[in-house]
Amino acid sequence: MEYGLLVMGAPYTSAAPHSALRFAKAVISRGHQVAGVFFYQEGIHNASCLMTPPQDELNMRDAWIALHHEHGVMLDVCIAAALRRGVMSEAEAKRHGQAHSNLDAPFELTGLGQLLTLQQRCDRLITFA
Amino acid sequence: MSHEHERLVIIRHAPYSSNALREGLDVALVAAAFGQTVSLLFLGQGVLALLKEQAAGAPGQKATLPTIDMLEMYDIDQLLVPQSALDALNLQAAQLVDGATVVADDTLPELVQRHSYVMNF
Repeated sequence: MEYGLLVMGAPYTSAAPHSALRFAKAVISRGHQVAGVFFYQEGIHNASCLMTPPQDELNMRDAWIALHHEHGVMLDVCIAAALRRGVMSEAEAKRHGQAHSNLDAPFELTGLGQLLTLQQRCDRLITFA
Repeated sequence: MSHEHERLVIIRHAPYSSNALREGLDVALVAAAFGQTVSLLFLGQGVLALLKEQAAGAPGQKATLPTIDMLEMYDIDQLLVPQSALDALNLQAAQLVDGATVVADDTLPELVQRHSYVMNF
């Protein structure tokens, strides 16, 4: 079965991203696919490349990137939700006259249409909020 | 349009307490702009989004009622509220915006089942 995940909780604030990551690994280990993760609302903070937790804590962004590299899981971030909360790529930072950026590949800024497409493409869309 | 393309967006958050309501409505609006048939179901605190007498939030918080009023322009005319959600907040149907429809609780399972795409905000 092909799954899509919708993550709406911030790391270190909500258990949602941790649960989503464990869910992704569990279904993959049982032979299913995870097509993509869509980060929305507070979930966009998972994409910040400036997150620097203490060394004895999981770096959530690195964990998502490992999932992407090992299993080809797409990491899409809602652009409107991210910009509103100060998370943006270098291109968006330039466009909005900001001096700094804090989002880069393999995370991709996309529109909400991508979330609708993910749900339509997958057998199941699971929300973690 | 066949039922298989219909989308149900469930709203469970009140206005102003978080951005969840606005960002949930954004998903409904984008889906409608893409030509999908969208129905909205308001549960729990989400019902408060439909109060017609609501004022704007704290200074700097964008009002949500104009977004609710705009839904009809996007052909989102199904604003459904279960009777139990009204009862829980001691509200009457007359306090809700004109487009809201109160539905019996026992219709909810069929409502969710009928839509192939369901989202919760």
